[in-house]
Amino acid sequence: MDFLTSLLTDFGQQILSSVTAAFAIAVIGLNLHFGYTGLVNIGQAGFMLIGGYGLAITVELGGGFFLGVAVGLVAAVLFALILGLPTLKLRGDYLAIVTIAAAEIIRIVGDNQSLSQWTGGAAGIPGRVYQGAFTALSPFPDQQLQIGPYNYPLTSGDSWFLRIVCWVVLAIVVLLVWLLMRSPWGRTVKGIREDEDAMRSLGKNVYLVKLQSLVLGGVIGAAGGMLYVLSSSVQADSLGRTTTFLLYTCLLLGGAATVFGPVLGSVLYFIVIIGLNDVVSQFVPKQIMNEQQIPQFGWIVVGIGLMLLVIFRPQGILGNKKELSFGD
Amino acid sequence: MTEPAPAVPARGRLEGYDYDRAALRRKLAEVPQEPGSAKPQPILAVDDIVRRFGGVTAVDVDHLEVQRGAITALIGPNGAGKTTFFNLITGFDRPSRKEEGRTPRWVFQGTELASTSAFRVAQSGMVRTFQLTKALERMTVMDNMLLGAQDQPGERILTALFRPAWRKREAEIREKAAALLARFTLDTKRDDYAGSLSGGQRKLLEMARALMSDPAMIMLDEPMAGVNPALTQSLLGHIQDLRDQGTTVLFVEHDMHMVRHISDWVVVMAEGRVVAEGPPANVMAHQAVVDAYLGSHHDQDLGDDALLDEDFGQAVAAEDAEREGRA
Repeated sequence: MDFLTSLLTDFGQQILSSVTAAFAIAVIGLNLHFGYTGLVNIGQAGFMLIGGYGLAITVELGGGFFLGVAVGLVAAVLFALILGLPTLKLRGDYLAIVTIAAAEIIRIVGDNQSLSQWTGGAAGIPGRVYQGAFTALSPFPDQQLQIGPYNYPLTSGDSWFLRIVCWVVLAIVVLLVWLLMRSPWGRTVKGIREDEDAMRSLGKNVYLVKLQSLVLGGVIGAAGGMLYVLSSSVQADSLGRTTTFLLYTCLLLGGAATVFGPVLGSVLYFIVIIGLNDVVSQFVPKQIMNEQQIPQFGWIVVGIGLMLLVIFRPQGILGNKKELSFGD
Repeated sequence: MTEPAPAVPARGRLEGYDYDRAALRRKLAEVPQEPGSAKPQPILAVDDIVRRFGGVTAVDVDHLEVQRGAITALIGPNGAGKTTFFNLITGFDRPSRKEEGRTPRWVFQGTELASTSAFRVAQSGMVRTFQLTKALERMTVMDNMLLGAQDQPGERILTALFRPAWRKREAEIREKAAALLARFTLDTKRDDYAGSLSGGQRKLLEMARALMSDPAMIMLDEPMAGVNPALTQSLLGHIQDLRDQGTTVLFVEHDMHMVRHISDWVVVMAEGRVVAEGPPANVMAHQAVVDAYLGSHHDQDLGDDALLDEDFGQAVAAEDAEREGRA
């Protein structure tokens, strides 16, 4: 019984966590690319990293929090334009190649020791450098607050304030995507996913709309990246290829091309990970699987889960099976 | 059985459009029946358009005019360059580099289109369909139709966020789409995914979708391919209705009965060139057309015992020798 209580408490903690919300936001950006527009972006973590670096470095240089956010978002726009302008006129595969390469470039540059006076090299930029600018905005007093089993500081560090901001931003992004997808613009985007040439023959500026989608999804990804680093540090290796594939896992789990799929997928993903961790450490003897092996086992389960998902429920939890039953 | 389909809200009467088909045909009867002849009111005039794929010249058209208000058929054997010609004119392909003294240009309704992208060509009023139908499969029939409309401010990303800015236009195009679907007998399918339609229904949908923008000219690439005979009849009717309501039609087709039945003018292509033009009744009998389709030995039966005849064998050998001598 005790175990069950602690398991449920852990679930709640994970759902509330700013990392879950930040992930969900990045997945929404990816959903705009992959689910709605059919753009295969394998570098969403690169967009997150750009947002994180933009914010952290600006604040580090004394720019203030909002300037930092602006720099991160503008950098993401530029990054999307650099990737999109040359490749979006070509077949979709080229964007995929370019995004994964570009995201790796960002990560490797971030890791580079010669730039460590700005990026901190492989050690990254520690949270305390830029978190102050964020917590200064908090309207709450600086103390602990206990709600139910959850006890966090109101303002500083991994706080209630951060959680509230994350979930508010998430709500705004969900609303934005919902508004766009019910509009004729959303219809155009889905049409492009289905057949670009048909859309051209109907007088739609396919290139422009694809570029808009790439930029918007990338900016949303950068916003997710900023929220992600606010509770920890900006470290290039924590937002690498693995992260992009986790984002895809969340997206496919929740259901691509749905408004709430990315949110549900992210929440479920973290619940599965934490649940697995709790269950294994409770019931599996240490001789069979020790502390270090549990996360690795978790990866195996996630991989198998993704395979099963794609085979047996390719539309994800919220997706529409019918939509997937046509075409290639 | 069903009520008559509601009339599609007609656009205003077009100045100088030949609504009277008999008059149009009388006009066309005066046109010289030769490749590249001038038409009384061309909606499209093409000059010096060349497209090569490596060493193969797919299209090499010196001059071609398409009469406004006519149903013009573009025929020719496989590989004659008909679809490539369509792709070039609609901006889906680009002419090969211009050669000395020949600048590719084509003018549609007085607008130069030679370096215009495909979507702008469509916006200028020349809408095409595809040989292999391109239905947007994972979208409903209705959404397919709505995408055909032009001037929807909600298709701009910022306007899209404010529903009042596009709601009125949306209602208009929805109404128009419903009327068109009724006319093409697809109204019962409006909420089905386009991917669930049969091949013939997709052809109908593609044509209906192209009409959402009231194009001045519609270009149909093999509208009858894969359509069952019952549906063919109604498609023919639709195409003639289009013409009668002010849309010029240019179509590629292999079905000669259809060509003869509905076209006012026929252009024949072979090996990338326009080899003959004329009214359907005359052009079919034209020697260049017969040769293009059937080859110059078409009246000799290859299964005929005459082939075993020594004289015939010698005649063929002599012809081969002559050909080699030329090469």
